[in-house]
Amino acid sequence: MTQLQYKGTGSANGRTGSRYWRGKSAYLGVVPFLLVSGLFLLYPTWNVASGAFQDKHGKFSTSVLKEVFNSKVARHAFANSLEISAKTAIAGAILGGLFAWALVNGKPGGYFYRVAVALSSVLAQFGGVMLTFAFLATFGFNGLVANIALKVAPHSFLADSSWLYGKFGISVLYTFFQIPLMVLVFLPTLENLKPQWREASDALGGKAHEYWVRIGIPILTPSFAGAALLLFVNSFSAYATAATLINLSDFLTPLEIATALTSETGGANPAEAKSLSFFMVVVVIIAMTFYALLRKRVSRWEQRR
Amino acid sequence: MIIGFVGTYLIVPLYSMYDFSTKPFGFQDKGRTFRAWKIIPGQPDLIAAISRSLITAAIVMALILFLIVPTAIWVHLKLPALRRPFELLCLLPLAIPAIVIVVGIAPLYRWISIHLTESPITLSGVYSMLILPYTYRSLSAALDAVDIHTLAEAARTLGADTRRVIFGIIMPTIKTGIVNGSFIAIALVLGEYTISNILNYKTFQVVIAQIGRTNGNVAVAVSLASILFVLVLLLLIPTKKRRSAVLDVDLV
Repeated sequence: MTQLQYKGTGSANGRTGSRYWRGKSAYLGVVPFLLVSGLFLLYPTWNVASGAFQDKHGKFSTSVLKEVFNSKVARHAFANSLEISAKTAIAGAILGGLFAWALVNGKPGGYFYRVAVALSSVLAQFGGVMLTFAFLATFGFNGLVANIALKVAPHSFLADSSWLYGKFGISVLYTFFQIPLMVLVFLPTLENLKPQWREASDALGGKAHEYWVRIGIPILTPSFAGAALLLFVNSFSAYATAATLINLSDFLTPLEIATALTSETGGANPAEAKSLSFFMVVVVIIAMTFYALLRKRVSRWEQRR
Repeated sequence: MIIGFVGTYLIVPLYSMYDFSTKPFGFQDKGRTFRAWKIIPGQPDLIAAISRSLITAAIVMALILFLIVPTAIWVHLKLPALRRPFELLCLLPLAIPAIVIVVGIAPLYRWISIHLTESPITLSGVYSMLILPYTYRSLSAALDAVDIHTLAEAARTLGADTRRVIFGIIMPTIKTGIVNGSFIAIALVLGEYTISNILNYKTFQVVIAQIGRTNGNVAVAVSLASILFVLVLLLLIPTKKRRSAVLDVDLV
């Protein structure tokens, strides 16, 4: 939470401010916002947090939590979720990072750069349903690549589109929106690498690899790791893509939550959904804490815009 | 080479969408056909869903303009003690995946749709909270860049009342920040699937997914059309200032 510190020009006199602006009645001004956020943000959060610690009759208990924790299905889904998120975060971070690096070394502000950035921001947002269709059109039954593969190499895995619906397929899909997100997150960092550092290193007799080993990589590592954590959270929370692609209800934790919440065949179990959600939030909070710590390191040298 | 490789990975699916959506379907056509594209306007479900999504986005917009922005300004101006809690509240949605918010909101949503109204208002409320981190980020950057205290005091000295100060003086000053924040917010709202799907509210994305189950070509055509639409929109809007906001995904 570092870069949100108030370094603004206004804060010096803002903290003291004029008497005129103070007074208890000022607190009334935030009441409408508190009402809305209380209803749509704090209440659901509280509902999940407290619901995770209740049994089916509303009494305090950790029985459902324990049950979920020990359930084989839930563990399997959780492991799948963690594995896919970690893999796609790393793959997305590396590919997206390289892409961003290539963009920065190209002509910033050029036409290709603009299109690439715009395309990245569209694709990073338009995950979910549309992404699924894009991949079905590519690798799915009768898709472009699948059809080519059928002709060229009928025995390769591409010719049979069933791989798309497994762990590997989901990972490929997720990587597709991780890359543009990585480009968006990492581009500012790369643009902040000052050419003067490179020049200084060169002037002092440093070789190219020495610049990277001693300056470039150490400086970029925290941002890179932070971005990768962001990607991890991004795919860990993702629901839409997997939900439109497969209907396997307990393949990933978000899918399992949705099933526990909405199942119409008697399987609906809000308590289970809340417990599962609770575990998800715990993971996200851990990841975000690391992210905040990394950002703190980064903001030491990075000039905030 | 890297650009080539990653670029291919990003472009091939998009091209495949075009390819797939122009495939002949049924038995009437041979070769390329744009039938899937042509029948887009004739899908009443789809049109209804698009307008529903746009209405939701408009309500979210209104909430940003008349609730979130004024509150942010108010806290900056008058309640410095609340800045930190306000900030934490705004960043809270980052720690809570959309699917978890659905779990929490489901009972309330059910109650509201049974007893009060089944309008997009509830959904807009949830969305306006989901987008808080993004809005907050661009707002606080904009507010920090301007000395709004001096501005506000000058305005008061000249006889403006509080409403005038917030809506007439400060909000125009931080216009760029507001536009940036809203832009991301709208993009998120129009692309949202998780919450609306589980709450059984037929927004744009939900209906596309439904169409996809019966008619793949049309669904793919619609998806590609909307991706291209937003892409062109992004390229047309003057980039200089907006770019930094789109890039500003690092939030915490």
